[in-house]
Amino acid sequence: MRPYLLKGHERPLTQVKYNREGDLLVSCAKNLQPCLWSSEDGRRIGTYEGHNGAIWTCDITWDSDRLITGSADQTIRIWDLPTGKELFQFRHREPCRAVKLSAGERFLAATTDAFIESPPAIHVYKFAENVEDQTSTPLNTWTVPKGRVTRVFWTDCNRKLITSHDYGMIRRWDVETGQLIEEKQIHEDAIQDMQMSPDETHVITASLDKTARLVDIESFEVLKTYKTGRFVQSAAVSPLFDHVVCGGGQDASQVTTTAAQAGGFEARFFHKIFQEEFGRVRGHFGPINTIAFHPSGRSFTTGGEDGYVRLHHLDLDYFTTKFF
Amino acid sequence: MVQDIDPFSVARDLFPDMPPGFPFENFELEELILPDGDDLGIKSDDDDIKEEDVQTQSGFGSCIVIQNLPKAPEEKYEKLMNVVRTIASKLGDVRDNGIFMPLDEATKLTKGFAFVELARKEDADAALLDERFINGYQLDKNHKLTLCRFDDFDKYAKVPDEYSPLEPAPYKQPENLHSWLADKLGRDQYAMRHGDNTMVCFNDGKRGRADVAFQREYWTESFVQWSPQGTMLATMHRQGMAVWGGPSFTRLNRFAHPNVRLIDFSPNEKYILSYTSHEPVSARDSFHVLINIWDVRAGKLLRKFEGPADEYAVGSSAGPNGALKWPVFKWAGGRDDLYFARLGRGKISIFECPHMGLLGKESLKLDGVQDFEWSPSEPLLAAYSAEQGNQPARIVVYKIPERIELRQKNMLNVSDVKLYWHPQGTYLAVKVEAWTKTKKSTTTSFQIFCVKDKDVPLEVFELKNNKERVINFAWEPKGHRFAVVHGDGPRPSISFFTMRDDKNRLGVRELKVLDNRACNVISWSPQGRNIVLAGLKNFNGQLEFFSVDEMETMATAEHFMATDVEWDPTGRYVATVVSHVQQMENGVNMWSFGGRLLYSTQRDKLYQFSWRPRMPSLLPPEKEAEIAKNLKQYTKRYDEEDEQLLMQADADVLQERQRALDEWKAFVESRRNYAALQLDFKRELYGARFAEKEFSIQKVMVEQVVDVKEEPYNNK
Repeated sequence: MRPYLLKGHERPLTQVKYNREGDLLVSCAKNLQPCLWSSEDGRRIGTYEGHNGAIWTCDITWDSDRLITGSADQTIRIWDLPTGKELFQFRHREPCRAVKLSAGERFLAATTDAFIESPPAIHVYKFAENVEDQTSTPLNTWTVPKGRVTRVFWTDCNRKLITSHDYGMIRRWDVETGQLIEEKQIHEDAIQDMQMSPDETHVITASLDKTARLVDIESFEVLKTYKTGRFVQSAAVSPLFDHVVCGGGQDASQVTTTAAQAGGFEARFFHKIFQEEFGRVRGHFGPINTIAFHPSGRSFTTGGEDGYVRLHHLDLDYFTTKFF
Repeated sequence: MVQDIDPFSVARDLFPDMPPGFPFENFELEELILPDGDDLGIKSDDDDIKEEDVQTQSGFGSCIVIQNLPKAPEEKYEKLMNVVRTIASKLGDVRDNGIFMPLDEATKLTKGFAFVELARKEDADAALLDERFINGYQLDKNHKLTLCRFDDFDKYAKVPDEYSPLEPAPYKQPENLHSWLADKLGRDQYAMRHGDNTMVCFNDGKRGRADVAFQREYWTESFVQWSPQGTMLATMHRQGMAVWGGPSFTRLNRFAHPNVRLIDFSPNEKYILSYTSHEPVSARDSFHVLINIWDVRAGKLLRKFEGPADEYAVGSSAGPNGALKWPVFKWAGGRDDLYFARLGRGKISIFECPHMGLLGKESLKLDGVQDFEWSPSEPLLAAYSAEQGNQPARIVVYKIPERIELRQKNMLNVSDVKLYWHPQGTYLAVKVEAWTKTKKSTTTSFQIFCVKDKDVPLEVFELKNNKERVINFAWEPKGHRFAVVHGDGPRPSISFFTMRDDKNRLGVRELKVLDNRACNVISWSPQGRNIVLAGLKNFNGQLEFFSVDEMETMATAEHFMATDVEWDPTGRYVATVVSHVQQMENGVNMWSFGGRLLYSTQRDKLYQFSWRPRMPSLLPPEKEAEIAKNLKQYTKRYDEEDEQLLMQADADVLQERQRALDEWKAFVESRRNYAALQLDFKRELYGARFAEKEFSIQKVMVEQVVDVKEEPYNNK
């Protein structure tokens, strides 16, 4: 497998995301321009110019016509995805950590970090079909006890939100009232990433406690645990097979103090059900910060602390070998 | 505007359910007291002991009482006080205002006794044994002063007036302490400490896994140590150490030695030594050493050794900065724990068991003695004394208890000497580094005493290049060969030698030299024949499994960042360990003796890994030789058993996978409705757009006019 090495950012990556069909790929990093790539051949289509701080997160609409980005410059912006034109800005007084469109795309959930006097908060906006009608007043805003809200997802037919937090907790909220319905300590350390399974019945969480876990979203029960012995920064569920892939590696601040091999910057493939590792893909020379499966499950993309995006098309072997 | 934030008030607001005073600052750890009944979830072994049975120290340990003082009237109080002060100063350092002499309010006379508080408890202990006071101190004709401990009053007051015989404790059938040796699959055990957890595991190399035999959280406060024959496991605690054994690791005994740092078992597990060093009271004094020797089974203290650290840190027992090197006492080999010895200045003190007295009531005098080692198999003692003036350096082998010199060797210009006994006690190798004539470099030679042969012949040999640095030397545990790691470059060489040829004639012969190896540690199999050449630390864990019989490499492998190589006591398996000195990759890899990776386990914060030793084989050597000869017959039965075991193991794995698969299917089934609901919901919301999953890439040419300009064409 020869990956495409996408050099569009010179700063650590924060999130990579495919659109629904999987022909496009958006990468966000700590530099100011998110990039749009062709996921087939890794060609760069364009960048989105305008942000003034690290981009923490993004989301893409169903029809791939809009891109929503959340940034440390305290704005959430809506872009015209094909042209790169900025359409709208939500201004906050805090860095924005996670954004997610609801099913049907009438609403947008966003989370902000604690900043000076503001506690961390979750905001729900109306997402207008026509951008002229877009307003920046949230429908609902509520605060969260402490720490970052690292990811947010809509569940139960847009009635509830689930969020992951940087002290190992996941929470369920009522969208209309902003009330906390349920919370559970899933990890012993921060959850860095949470991704929804294709059938939306479970999520995979990646944590600094060196494990990734599969969590049932109905009961918040931990179904499976994948131990890597490293910080896990991101994990994704394959839409094609019963596989999950985890990325991470030793703390970026210590990379230079030990031998390169010690880092463990590989993407690791686990069998989703048996929890056993069966393969690794090397390449990054810094921790993997974000990882995403192509919607077809035939390729995957990793973004590293080293500033590179690696686009891997899986070999024939991967599809024909019976691993277990 | 940015307001000044008080981080403490913020923290208090964020954690309202924390106790008052949170976040804590400037607190004394000792002042923290847990609420009644709260044990932080850590169960104490002493929960079953009744509170009133526990004897507590009242805190007056350094207080003593002087009795039989004259009863003086008030006006002579000061005069008497001065007398008391003088007497008390003979006992040790008295604390400021440490003397109190009560006055009887009614008679206005002193009561005839005084309390004295000394600086240390040790001083009080010493004072009570002081010769001048032990039979009473004659102050004048009528007053003979006696001392007693303040705490004793309380103790004797509590003695009931009537004698009631003690109930003998009911006899409890002890567990079989050797049960692990009777394991049906012949597995060995190891102890592993990671995080707060200590576990004892069976190493199942055949099936490539480890089965936990016993585990417990907070079992020990620093480390665990197996007894030399594996019967017991010792754990270390603030109050002392405890030994555990049997299939369920019940506590066999406890030994009270506050803040115990290090321990050492005698080779046959009869005795245990414990060591602490105490900080000096004033900076001028040196550390105070306390070594207790206990009977393991009875739990009885047999003898104490106490003194300043520099009295114990002598010669090879002294570390680089004058600290004590453990073990201070070395045990003689053999079937009984008969003797142990320690180095003193110009002498070796040998003690005799079980009465723990000095052997022959005097130490073995040896001028300038620097180091000594006992033979592992019999009471033979090899000692090295350094060169002094005209006296050459000497290496002597003594027979104990007769103190007969079996053999000695004198040498000149010696810079350093190291003693290596063969584990079976057949040879003693002495590595001698001697100065060259210019005194700028050293040459290394080996003097090998063949102790078991008649008249103890001495073999001398040198490496081809005797100026080379010798990094390591190791005897083959069973056999006549040894390995030497030598070389000045970054990649040293390893040479193998034998003491005997095929006709059993004595003489050092070179067998093979392996050049240029990434190796800094050599580790022989406990059975001999095989050796692991390991490059730890800066070689990043390179491993070479080498067969010395065939003189060929069986396998090379790598356990990245490995810090330790440990053979199991049977020589069947090798464990390589990345311990917590490395931040990452902590874990254990288990290899067959031939270098096949059997399994690996990852454990965060892996502090310790140690194999449980086995006791020496009870088979006579002839029987062992016979088994080795007819190995095929003996193995047949076990091969079949192994085969079955492996099949069973495979079946188990498959079964487990099937179970996991069924469980997952059940989960997916139970969530089917929800998934369908979500899908329908989306289908409804997106309408016709929902089905559009196909996409095609079209290349579209777009022409865009950016600018139009007219410039005159200028053709020169």
